[in-house]
Amino acid sequence: MGKRILIVGGGLAGTIVANGLCRQLGQELRDGSVSITVLGTSDTHLYQPGLLYVPFGRIRESELFREQRKVLDRRVPYLIDPATNIDLEAKEVTTESGKTLGYDYLVIATGSRIMPQNVPGMAEGAHWFYDLEGARRMRDALDAFEGGKIVVNVNAPHKCPVAPLEITFMLYDYLTAKGLMKKTEITYTYPIGRLHALEPVGEWAQGEMDRLGLKYETFFNTKEVDSKAKTISSEEGTTFDYDLLVTIPPHQGAQVIEDSGLGTGGWVPTDREKLLHDGSTDVFVVGDTTNIPISKAGSTAHFEADTVVDNLSSLITEGRWARNYDGKVFCFVETGMDTGTYVWFNYTTPPNPGPPSQMVHWFKLAYNRLYWLSARGLL
Amino acid sequence: MAERKRIDARGAFCPGPLMELIANLKLVDVGDELEVWSSDKGSVKEIPEWVAKVGHEMGETTEHDGYWSVVVRKAK
Ligand SMILES: Cc1cc2nc3c(=O)[nH]c(=O)nc-3n(C[C@H](O)[C@H](O)[C@H](O)COP(=O)(O)OP(=O)(O)OC[C@H]3O[C@@H](n4cnc5c(N)ncnc54)[C@H](O)[C@@H]3O)c2cc1C
Repeated sequence: MGKRILIVGGGLAGTIVANGLCRQLGQELRDGSVSITVLGTSDTHLYQPGLLYVPFGRIRESELFREQRKVLDRRVPYLIDPATNIDLEAKEVTTESGKTLGYDYLVIATGSRIMPQNVPGMAEGAHWFYDLEGARRMRDALDAFEGGKIVVNVNAPHKCPVAPLEITFMLYDYLTAKGLMKKTEITYTYPIGRLHALEPVGEWAQGEMDRLGLKYETFFNTKEVDSKAKTISSEEGTTFDYDLLVTIPPHQGAQVIEDSGLGTGGWVPTDREKLLHDGSTDVFVVGDTTNIPISKAGSTAHFEADTVVDNLSSLITEGRWARNYDGKVFCFVETGMDTGTYVWFNYTTPPNPGPPSQMVHWFKLAYNRLYWLSARGLL
Repeated sequence: MAERKRIDARGAFCPGPLMELIANLKLVDVGDELEVWSSDKGSVKEIPEWVAKVGHEMGETTEHDGYWSVVVRKAK
Protein backbone atom coordinates (compact mmCIF):
# COMPACT_ATOMS: atom_id res chain seq x y z
CA MET A 1 0.00 0.00 0.00
CA GLY A 2 1.28 3.48 -0.86
CA LYS A 3 1.74 6.35 1.58
CA ARG A 4 -1.61 7.79 2.61
CA ILE A 5 -1.80 11.56 3.14
CA LEU A 6 -4.97 12.67 4.89
CA ILE A 7 -5.87 16.36 5.00
CA VAL A 8 -8.58 17.38 7.47
CA GLY A 9 -10.17 20.67 6.36
CA GLY A 10 -10.72 21.86 2.80
CA GLY A 11 -10.48 25.61 3.43
CA LEU A 12 -7.65 27.74 2.16
CA ALA A 13 -4.71 25.96 3.77
CA GLY A 14 -5.99 22.40 3.21
CA THR A 15 -6.78 23.12 -0.44
CA ILE A 16 -3.38 24.71 -1.15
CA VAL A 17 -1.61 21.78 0.49
CA ALA A 18 -3.61 19.22 -1.51
CA ASN A 19 -3.10 20.98 -4.84
CA GLY A 20 0.57 21.69 -4.16
CA LEU A 21 1.23 18.04 -3.29
CA CYS A 22 -0.44 16.96 -6.53
CA ARG A 23 1.98 19.14 -8.47
CA GLN A 24 5.05 17.81 -6.69
CA LEU A 25 4.00 14.17 -6.44
CA GLY A 26 2.54 13.62 -9.91
CA GLN A 27 4.59 10.50 -10.59
CA GLU A 28 3.87 8.97 -7.18
CA LEU A 29 0.15 9.60 -7.58
CA ARG A 30 0.24 7.92 -10.98
CA ASP A 31 2.08 4.81 -9.80
CA GLY A 32 -0.01 4.52 -6.65
CA SER A 33 2.83 4.98 -4.16
CA VAL A 34 1.01 8.03 -2.73
CA SER A 35 -2.65 8.87 -2.19
CA ILE A 36 -4.14 12.14 -0.97
CA THR A 37 -7.60 12.51 0.56
CA VAL A 38 -9.31 15.67 1.84
CA LEU A 39 -12.07 15.68 4.45
CA GLY A 40 -14.34 18.74 4.50
CA THR A 41 -17.67 20.03 5.72
CA SER A 42 -19.28 21.43 2.57
CA ASP A 43 -19.43 21.12 -1.22
CA THR A 44 -18.67 24.83 -1.56
CA HIS A 45 -15.53 26.82 -0.79
CA LEU A 46 -16.19 30.21 0.82
CA TYR A 47 -13.94 33.15 0.01
CA GLN A 48 -13.93 34.65 3.52
CA PRO A 49 -12.29 38.04 2.78
CA GLY A 50 -15.24 38.77 0.47
CA LEU A 51 -17.53 38.83 3.53
CA LEU A 52 -16.16 42.30 4.29
CA TYR A 53 -18.07 43.70 1.30
CA VAL A 54 -21.41 41.98 2.03
CA PRO A 55 -22.73 44.47 4.63
CA PHE A 56 -22.30 47.27 2.08
CA GLY A 57 -23.94 45.34 -0.74
CA ARG A 58 -20.66 45.60 -2.63
CA ILE A 59 -20.34 41.98 -3.67
CA ARG A 60 -22.76 39.48 -5.14
CA GLU A 61 -23.09 36.51 -2.83
CA SER A 62 -22.47 34.14 -5.72
CA GLU A 63 -18.97 35.65 -6.03
CA LEU A 64 -18.14 34.36 -2.55
CA PHE A 65 -18.48 30.70 -3.44
CA ARG A 66 -16.92 28.13 -5.75
CA GLU A 67 -17.59 24.43 -5.91
CA GLN A 68 -14.91 22.83 -3.77
CA ARG A 69 -14.67 19.97 -6.26
CA LYS A 70 -13.55 22.46 -8.92
CA VAL A 71 -11.05 24.25 -6.68
CA LEU A 72 -9.41 20.96 -5.71
CA ASP A 73 -7.17 18.95 -8.06
CA ARG A 74 -9.26 16.20 -9.65
CA ARG A 75 -6.78 13.53 -8.47
CA VAL A 76 -7.77 14.18 -4.85
CA PRO A 77 -10.86 12.46 -3.45
CA TYR A 78 -12.88 15.00 -1.46
CA LEU A 79 -15.19 13.60 1.19
CA ILE A 80 -17.89 15.83 2.63
CA ASP A 81 -17.72 14.03 5.92
CA PRO A 82 -16.43 16.10 8.86
CA ALA A 83 -13.85 14.53 11.16
CA THR A 84 -15.29 13.81 14.60
CA ASN A 85 -12.17 12.37 16.20
CA ILE A 86 -8.47 12.49 15.41
CA ASP A 87 -6.45 9.75 17.10
CA LEU A 88 -2.72 10.43 16.78
CA GLU A 89 -1.77 7.21 18.63
CA ALA A 90 -3.74 4.92 16.35
CA LYS A 91 -3.07 7.19 13.33
CA GLU A 92 -6.77 7.24 12.53
CA VAL A 93 -9.45 9.81 11.87
CA THR A 94 -13.12 9.02 12.48
CA THR A 95 -15.82 10.87 10.56
CA GLU A 96 -19.41 11.92 11.11
CA SER A 97 -20.70 9.13 8.84
CA GLY A 98 -18.81 6.57 10.92
CA LYS A 99 -15.84 5.93 8.61
CA THR A 100 -12.37 5.36 10.03
CA LEU A 101 -9.52 6.57 7.85
CA GLY A 102 -5.92 5.58 8.54
CA TYR A 103 -3.00 7.77 7.46
CA ASP A 104 0.77 7.81 7.14
CA TYR A 105 0.87 11.61 7.13
CA LEU A 106 -1.86 13.80 8.57
CA VAL A 107 -2.38 17.49 7.78
CA ILE A 108 -4.64 19.34 10.22
CA ALA A 109 -6.17 22.40 8.54
CA THR A 110 -9.47 22.91 10.34
CA GLY A 111 -9.22 26.71 10.64
CA SER A 112 -10.87 28.90 13.28
CA ARG A 113 -14.44 30.03 13.94
CA ILE A 114 -16.24 32.83 15.71
CA MET A 115 -17.65 32.23 19.19
CA PRO A 116 -20.04 35.11 20.00
CA GLN A 117 -21.70 32.72 22.45
CA ASN A 118 -18.58 32.94 24.66
CA VAL A 119 -19.45 36.52 25.71
CA PRO A 120 -22.74 37.02 27.61
CA GLY A 121 -25.29 38.86 25.46
CA MET A 122 -23.07 39.15 22.39
CA ALA A 123 -24.99 36.76 20.15
CA GLU A 124 -28.24 38.59 20.92
CA GLY A 125 -27.00 42.16 20.89
CA ALA A 126 -24.29 42.36 18.26
CA HIS A 127 -23.84 42.20 14.51
CA TRP A 128 -20.81 40.74 12.76
CA PHE A 129 -19.64 40.00 9.23
CA TYR A 130 -17.30 37.05 9.92
CA ASP A 131 -19.82 34.54 8.57
CA LEU A 132 -22.37 34.86 5.78
CA GLU A 133 -25.44 34.76 7.99
CA GLY A 134 -24.01 37.52 10.18
CA ALA A 135 -22.90 39.62 7.20
CA ARG A 136 -26.42 39.45 5.73
CA ARG A 137 -27.99 40.51 9.03
CA MET A 138 -25.50 43.35 9.27
CA ARG A 139 -26.41 44.46 5.75
CA ASP A 140 -30.08 44.65 6.80
CA ALA A 141 -29.15 46.53 9.97
CA LEU A 142 -27.09 49.05 7.99
CA ASP A 143 -29.92 49.51 5.50
CA ALA A 144 -32.22 50.41 8.37
CA PHE A 145 -29.64 52.56 10.21
CA GLU A 146 -30.57 56.24 10.28
CA GLY A 147 -27.75 57.61 12.41
CA GLY A 148 -26.75 57.18 16.05
CA LYS A 149 -23.98 55.48 17.98
CA ILE A 150 -22.00 52.70 16.34
CA VAL A 151 -19.49 50.68 18.34
CA VAL A 152 -16.99 48.55 16.41
CA ASN A 153 -15.77 46.10 19.01
CA VAL A 154 -12.73 43.86 18.54
CA ASN A 155 -12.08 40.74 20.62
CA ALA A 156 -9.06 38.46 21.04
CA PRO A 157 -8.18 36.20 19.42
CA HIS A 158 -9.52 36.82 15.93
CA LYS A 159 -8.51 36.02 12.37
CA CYS A 160 -7.61 38.60 9.77
CA PRO A 161 -6.12 41.27 12.01
CA VAL A 162 -6.90 44.00 9.48
CA ALA A 163 -10.62 43.38 8.91
CA PRO A 164 -11.68 45.33 12.05
CA LEU A 165 -9.98 48.51 10.83
CA GLU A 166 -11.19 47.94 7.30
CA ILE A 167 -14.81 47.65 8.37
CA THR A 168 -14.47 50.83 10.46
CA PHE A 169 -13.13 52.96 7.61
CA MET A 170 -15.57 51.41 5.16
CA LEU A 171 -18.45 52.20 7.54
CA TYR A 172 -17.25 55.79 7.64
CA ASP A 173 -17.13 56.05 3.84
CA TYR A 174 -20.47 54.29 3.44
CA LEU A 175 -22.27 56.49 5.97
CA THR A 176 -20.67 59.65 4.60
CA ALA A 177 -21.89 58.77 1.10
CA LYS A 178 -25.36 58.19 2.51
CA GLY A 179 -25.24 61.58 4.26
CA LEU A 180 -25.58 59.91 7.66
CA MET A 181 -22.11 60.47 9.12
CA LYS A 182 -23.16 63.90 10.45
CA LYS A 183 -25.69 62.13 12.67
CA THR A 184 -23.38 59.24 13.57
CA GLU A 185 -20.67 58.62 16.13
CA ILE A 186 -18.35 55.67 15.55
CA THR A 187 -16.32 54.27 18.45
CA TYR A 188 -13.70 51.59 17.82
CA THR A 189 -12.59 49.42 20.74
CA TYR A 190 -9.44 47.29 20.83
CA PRO A 191 -8.12 44.79 23.40
CA ILE A 192 -4.60 46.22 23.87
CA GLY A 193 -3.12 49.68 24.37
CA ARG A 194 -3.14 50.81 20.73
CA LEU A 195 -5.52 50.56 17.78
CA HIS A 196 -3.88 47.63 16.04
CA ALA A 197 -1.55 44.83 17.08
CA LEU A 198 1.07 46.08 14.61
CA GLU A 199 2.50 49.30 15.99
CA PRO A 200 2.93 51.16 12.68
CA VAL A 201 -0.58 50.17 11.58
CA GLY A 202 -1.91 51.27 14.99
CA GLU A 203 -0.23 54.66 14.68
CA TRP A 204 -1.49 55.14 11.16
CA ALA A 205 -5.03 54.14 12.20
CA GLN A 206 -4.99 56.57 15.12
CA GLY A 207 -3.97 59.44 12.82
CA GLU A 208 -6.75 58.55 10.40
CA MET A 209 -9.37 58.22 13.13
CA ASP A 210 -8.36 61.58 14.60
CA ARG A 211 -8.56 63.16 11.15
CA LEU A 212 -12.00 61.69 10.46
CA GLY A 213 -13.37 62.35 13.92
CA LEU A 214 -13.80 58.69 14.87
CA LYS A 215 -13.56 57.80 18.55
CA TYR A 216 -11.57 54.94 20.02
CA GLU A 217 -11.05 53.10 23.28
CA THR A 218 -7.98 50.95 23.91
CA PHE A 219 -7.65 48.22 26.57
CA PHE A 220 -11.24 47.13 26.00
CA ASN A 221 -11.90 43.40 26.44
CA THR A 222 -15.58 42.67 26.29
CA LYS A 223 -17.16 41.38 29.48
CA GLU A 224 -20.79 41.50 28.43
CA VAL A 225 -23.36 42.97 26.11
CA ASP A 226 -26.78 44.02 27.37
CA SER A 227 -28.97 43.76 24.30
CA LYS A 228 -31.99 45.33 26.05
CA ALA A 229 -30.22 48.37 27.47
CA LYS A 230 -27.99 48.44 24.37
CA THR A 231 -24.73 48.72 26.25
CA ILE A 232 -21.41 46.97 25.99
CA SER A 233 -19.01 46.74 28.96
CA SER A 234 -15.37 45.78 29.28
CA GLU A 235 -13.38 43.78 31.80
CA GLU A 236 -11.46 47.00 32.33
CA GLY A 237 -14.60 48.77 33.57
CA THR A 238 -15.72 50.90 30.61
CA THR A 239 -19.30 50.90 29.25
CA PHE A 240 -20.61 52.30 25.97
CA ASP A 241 -24.16 52.81 24.71
CA TYR A 242 -24.78 51.73 21.17
CA ASP A 243 -27.48 51.86 18.52
CA LEU A 244 -25.58 49.49 16.27
CA LEU A 245 -22.94 47.13 17.66
CA VAL A 246 -20.55 45.59 15.17
CA THR A 247 -18.30 43.01 16.76
CA ILE A 248 -15.38 40.84 15.79
CA PRO A 249 -16.23 37.99 18.18
CA PRO A 250 -13.51 36.01 19.95
CA HIS A 251 -12.41 32.93 18.00
CA GLN A 252 -11.63 29.32 18.77
CA GLY A 253 -10.37 26.46 16.64
CA ALA A 254 -12.60 23.63 15.40
CA GLN A 255 -14.63 21.53 17.81
CA VAL A 256 -12.93 18.33 16.64
CA ILE A 257 -9.57 19.59 17.96
CA GLU A 258 -10.97 20.00 21.49
CA ASP A 259 -12.98 16.79 21.27
CA SER A 260 -9.85 14.86 20.27
CA GLY A 261 -7.84 16.38 23.14
CA LEU A 262 -5.44 17.98 20.67
CA GLY A 263 -5.47 21.49 22.10
CA THR A 264 -7.41 23.79 24.43
CA GLY A 265 -9.63 26.23 22.59
CA GLY A 266 -9.13 24.23 19.41
CA TRP A 267 -5.56 25.55 18.96
CA VAL A 268 -3.07 22.80 18.17
CA PRO A 269 0.40 23.07 19.76
CA THR A 270 2.65 23.45 16.72
CA ASP A 271 6.38 23.86 16.11
CA ARG A 272 6.62 27.38 14.67
CA GLU A 273 9.31 26.49 12.13
CA LYS A 274 8.58 22.90 11.20
CA LEU A 275 4.78 23.24 11.36
CA LEU A 276 4.65 19.79 12.92
CA HIS A 277 2.34 19.02 15.83
CA ASP A 278 4.59 19.34 18.90
CA GLY A 279 6.22 15.97 19.43
CA SER A 280 5.04 14.41 16.14
CA THR A 281 6.98 13.61 12.98
CA ASP A 282 3.99 12.75 10.80
CA VAL A 283 1.33 15.32 11.76
CA PHE A 284 1.50 18.73 10.09
CA VAL A 285 -0.62 21.65 11.28
CA VAL A 286 -1.35 24.57 8.99
CA GLY A 287 -3.42 27.78 8.89
CA ASP A 288 -5.57 29.34 11.60
CA THR A 289 -5.69 26.26 13.82
CA THR A 290 -2.02 26.37 14.92
CA ASN A 291 -1.17 27.90 18.29
CA ILE A 292 1.73 29.80 16.71
CA PRO A 293 1.67 33.42 17.96
CA ILE A 294 1.20 34.86 14.51
CA SER A 295 -1.62 36.52 12.52
CA LYS A 296 -4.42 34.16 11.60
CA ALA A 297 -4.68 35.23 7.98
CA GLY A 298 -5.01 33.89 4.47
CA SER A 299 -1.45 34.86 3.63
CA THR A 300 -0.14 33.05 6.71
CA ALA A 301 -2.11 29.97 5.68
CA HIS A 302 -0.70 30.30 2.17
CA PHE A 303 2.98 30.65 3.16
CA GLU A 304 2.64 27.87 5.74
CA ALA A 305 0.92 25.60 3.22
CA ASP A 306 3.76 26.10 0.71
CA THR A 307 6.25 25.08 3.41
CA VAL A 308 4.23 21.97 4.28
CA VAL A 309 4.01 20.99 0.60
CA ASP A 310 7.78 21.26 0.17
CA ASN A 311 8.54 19.29 3.32
CA LEU A 312 5.94 16.58 2.87
CA SER A 313 6.89 15.91 -0.74
CA SER A 314 10.58 15.98 0.08
CA LEU A 315 10.07 13.56 2.98
CA ILE A 316 8.16 11.19 0.70
CA THR A 317 10.45 11.31 -2.32
CA GLU A 318 13.86 11.84 -0.72
CA GLY A 319 13.40 11.14 2.98
CA ARG A 320 14.72 14.58 3.94
CA TRP A 321 13.45 17.84 5.41
CA ALA A 322 13.30 20.67 2.86
CA ARG A 323 12.96 23.98 4.71
CA ASN A 324 11.59 25.77 7.75
CA TYR A 325 8.79 28.37 7.86
CA ASP A 326 10.17 31.87 8.54
CA GLY A 327 6.93 33.34 9.96
CA LYS A 328 6.10 35.35 6.87
CA VAL A 329 2.78 37.23 6.83
CA PHE A 330 1.61 39.65 4.15
CA CYS A 331 -1.62 41.65 4.33
CA PHE A 332 -3.43 44.09 2.12
CA VAL A 333 -5.29 46.69 4.18
CA GLU A 334 -8.34 48.51 2.79
CA THR A 335 -8.06 52.04 4.18
CA GLY A 336 -11.41 53.21 2.85
CA MET A 337 -13.69 52.40 -0.06
CA ASP A 338 -11.04 53.51 -2.60
CA THR A 339 -7.58 53.34 -1.03
CA GLY A 340 -5.42 50.61 0.41
CA THR A 341 -2.00 49.76 1.78
CA TYR A 342 -0.04 46.61 2.59
CA VAL A 343 2.26 45.29 5.26
CA TRP A 344 4.54 42.28 5.62
CA PHE A 345 6.80 40.86 8.35
CA ASN A 346 8.26 37.60 9.60
CA TYR A 347 9.75 36.23 12.83
CA THR A 348 12.80 38.50 12.46
CA THR A 349 11.70 41.44 10.27
CA PRO A 350 9.36 43.99 11.87
CA PRO A 351 6.41 45.35 9.86
CA ASN A 352 6.57 48.59 7.95
CA PRO A 353 3.45 49.52 5.97
CA GLY A 354 3.65 51.59 2.80
CA PRO A 355 1.55 54.75 2.37
CA PRO A 356 -2.09 54.15 1.38
CA SER A 357 -2.74 54.46 -2.32
CA GLN A 358 -5.49 53.82 -4.77
CA MET A 359 -3.29 51.36 -6.59
CA VAL A 360 -2.95 49.08 -3.59
CA HIS A 361 -6.74 49.16 -3.27
CA TRP A 362 -6.99 47.91 -6.84
CA PHE A 363 -4.45 45.21 -6.04
CA LYS A 364 -6.60 44.05 -3.17
CA LEU A 365 -9.67 43.99 -5.37
CA ALA A 366 -7.65 42.05 -7.93
CA TYR A 367 -6.50 39.72 -5.16
CA ASN A 368 -10.13 39.08 -4.32
CA ARG A 369 -10.35 37.55 -7.78
CA LEU A 370 -6.89 35.95 -7.68
CA TYR A 371 -7.71 34.04 -4.48
CA TRP A 372 -9.13 31.22 -6.53
CA LEU A 373 -5.97 30.87 -8.59
CA SER A 374 -3.97 30.88 -5.39
CA ALA A 375 -6.14 28.17 -3.79
CA ARG A 376 -5.81 26.10 -6.95
CA GLY A 377 -2.05 26.46 -6.66
CA LEU A 378 -1.61 28.50 -9.82
CA LEU A 379 -0.16 31.49 -7.99
CA MET B 1 -3.87 22.56 41.50
CA ALA B 2 -2.87 25.86 39.91
CA GLU B 3 -0.91 25.36 36.72
CA ARG B 4 1.62 27.42 34.85
CA LYS B 5 1.55 27.49 31.07
CA ARG B 6 4.22 29.04 28.90
CA ILE B 7 3.49 31.20 25.83
CA ASP B 8 6.50 31.66 23.61
CA ALA B 9 5.63 34.93 21.84
CA ARG B 10 9.19 35.81 20.85
CA GLY B 11 9.33 37.39 17.39
CA ALA B 12 5.54 37.75 17.41
CA PHE B 13 4.83 41.13 15.82
CA CYS B 14 1.16 40.46 15.24
CA PRO B 15 -0.96 39.91 17.27
CA GLY B 16 1.92 40.19 19.76
CA PRO B 17 2.66 39.05 23.34
CA LEU B 18 -0.10 40.99 25.15
CA MET B 19 -2.79 39.81 22.74
CA GLU B 20 -1.51 36.24 23.12
CA LEU B 21 -1.74 36.64 26.89
CA ILE B 22 -5.30 37.98 26.71
CA ALA B 23 -6.39 35.15 24.39
CA ASN B 24 -4.75 32.48 26.54
CA LEU B 25 -6.18 33.81 29.81
CA LYS B 26 -9.61 32.93 28.42
CA LEU B 27 -8.56 29.28 28.29
CA VAL B 28 -7.19 28.78 31.82
CA ASP B 29 -8.75 28.66 35.29
CA VAL B 30 -8.69 31.35 37.98
CA GLY B 31 -5.46 30.89 39.96
CA ASP B 32 -3.51 29.52 36.99
CA GLU B 33 -0.39 31.31 35.81
CA LEU B 34 0.80 32.20 32.34
CA GLU B 35 4.45 32.85 31.61
CA VAL B 36 4.82 34.99 28.50
CA TRP B 37 8.13 35.09 26.65
CA SER B 38 8.61 38.24 24.62
CA SER B 39 11.53 39.59 22.61
CA ASP B 40 9.88 43.03 22.66
CA LYS B 41 10.99 45.10 25.65
CA GLY B 42 7.72 47.05 25.33
CA SER B 43 5.92 44.00 26.78
CA VAL B 44 7.61 44.58 30.14
CA LYS B 45 5.67 47.85 30.42
CA GLU B 46 2.56 46.99 28.45
CA ILE B 47 1.66 43.72 30.17
CA PRO B 48 1.74 45.07 33.77
CA GLU B 49 -0.19 48.15 32.63
CA TRP B 50 -3.02 46.00 31.31
CA VAL B 51 -2.87 43.52 34.19
CA ALA B 52 -3.32 46.39 36.68
CA LYS B 53 -6.22 47.84 34.67
CA VAL B 54 -8.12 44.60 34.40
CA GLY B 55 -7.36 43.24 37.86
CA HIS B 56 -5.21 40.13 37.39
CA GLU B 57 -1.94 39.68 39.35
CA MET B 58 1.65 40.10 38.25
CA GLY B 59 4.29 37.52 39.09
CA GLU B 60 8.00 37.92 38.41
CA THR B 61 9.51 39.56 35.32
CA THR B 62 12.95 38.25 34.32
CA GLU B 63 15.40 39.39 31.68
CA HIS B 64 17.04 36.56 29.74
CA ASP B 65 19.43 36.56 26.82
CA GLY B 66 17.47 38.51 24.19
CA TYR B 67 14.01 38.12 25.70
CA TRP B 68 11.92 38.72 28.80
CA SER B 69 9.64 36.37 30.70
CA VAL B 70 6.62 37.85 32.44
CA VAL B 71 4.39 35.84 34.77
CA VAL B 72 0.70 36.70 35.19
CA ARG B 73 -1.81 35.02 37.51
CA LYS B 74 -5.47 34.90 36.50
CA ALA B 75 -7.38 36.50 39.37
CA LYS B 76 -10.97 36.60 38.11
C1 LIG C 1 -14.33 38.74 7.05
C2 LIG C 1 -12.98 38.14 6.85
C3 LIG C 1 -12.04 38.83 6.12
C4 LIG C 1 -10.77 38.28 5.92
N1 LIG C 1 -9.88 38.99 5.18
C5 LIG C 1 -8.65 38.50 4.97
C6 LIG C 1 -7.71 39.22 4.19
O1 LIG C 1 -8.01 40.29 3.64
N2 LIG C 1 -6.46 38.73 4.07
C7 LIG C 1 -6.12 37.55 4.64
O2 LIG C 1 -4.96 37.15 4.49
N3 LIG C 1 -6.99 36.83 5.38
C8 LIG C 1 -8.25 37.27 5.56
N4 LIG C 1 -9.15 36.53 6.30
C9 LIG C 1 -8.69 35.33 7.02
C10 LIG C 1 -8.62 34.08 6.15
O3 LIG C 1 -9.84 33.84 5.49
C11 LIG C 1 -8.28 32.88 7.04
O4 LIG C 1 -7.19 33.19 7.85
C12 LIG C 1 -7.96 31.66 6.20
O5 LIG C 1 -9.10 31.21 5.53
C13 LIG C 1 -7.37 30.54 7.05
O6 LIG C 1 -7.27 29.36 6.31
P1 LIG C 1 -7.50 27.95 6.99
O7 LIG C 1 -7.40 26.95 5.90
O8 LIG C 1 -6.65 27.82 8.18
O9 LIG C 1 -8.99 28.01 7.53
P2 LIG C 1 -10.33 28.03 6.68
O10 LIG C 1 -10.09 28.63 5.34
O11 LIG C 1 -11.35 28.63 7.55
O12 LIG C 1 -10.63 26.50 6.45
C14 LIG C 1 -10.87 25.59 7.47
C15 LIG C 1 -11.74 24.50 6.91
O13 LIG C 1 -11.79 23.40 7.80
C16 LIG C 1 -13.11 22.89 7.76
N5 LIG C 1 -13.36 22.11 8.97
C17 LIG C 1 -13.59 22.54 10.22
N6 LIG C 1 -13.83 21.51 11.03
C18 LIG C 1 -13.72 20.39 10.27
C19 LIG C 1 -13.87 19.00 10.53
N7 LIG C 1 -14.20 18.55 11.75
N8 LIG C 1 -13.69 18.12 9.52
C20 LIG C 1 -13.38 18.56 8.28
N9 LIG C 1 -13.24 19.87 7.97
C21 LIG C 1 -13.41 20.76 8.96
C22 LIG C 1 -13.98 24.14 7.65
O14 LIG C 1 -15.25 23.82 7.13
C23 LIG C 1 -13.17 24.97 6.69
O15 LIG C 1 -13.53 24.74 5.35
C24 LIG C 1 -10.45 37.01 6.49
C25 LIG C 1 -11.40 36.32 7.20
C26 LIG C 1 -12.66 36.84 7.38
C27 LIG C 1 -13.69 36.07 8.15
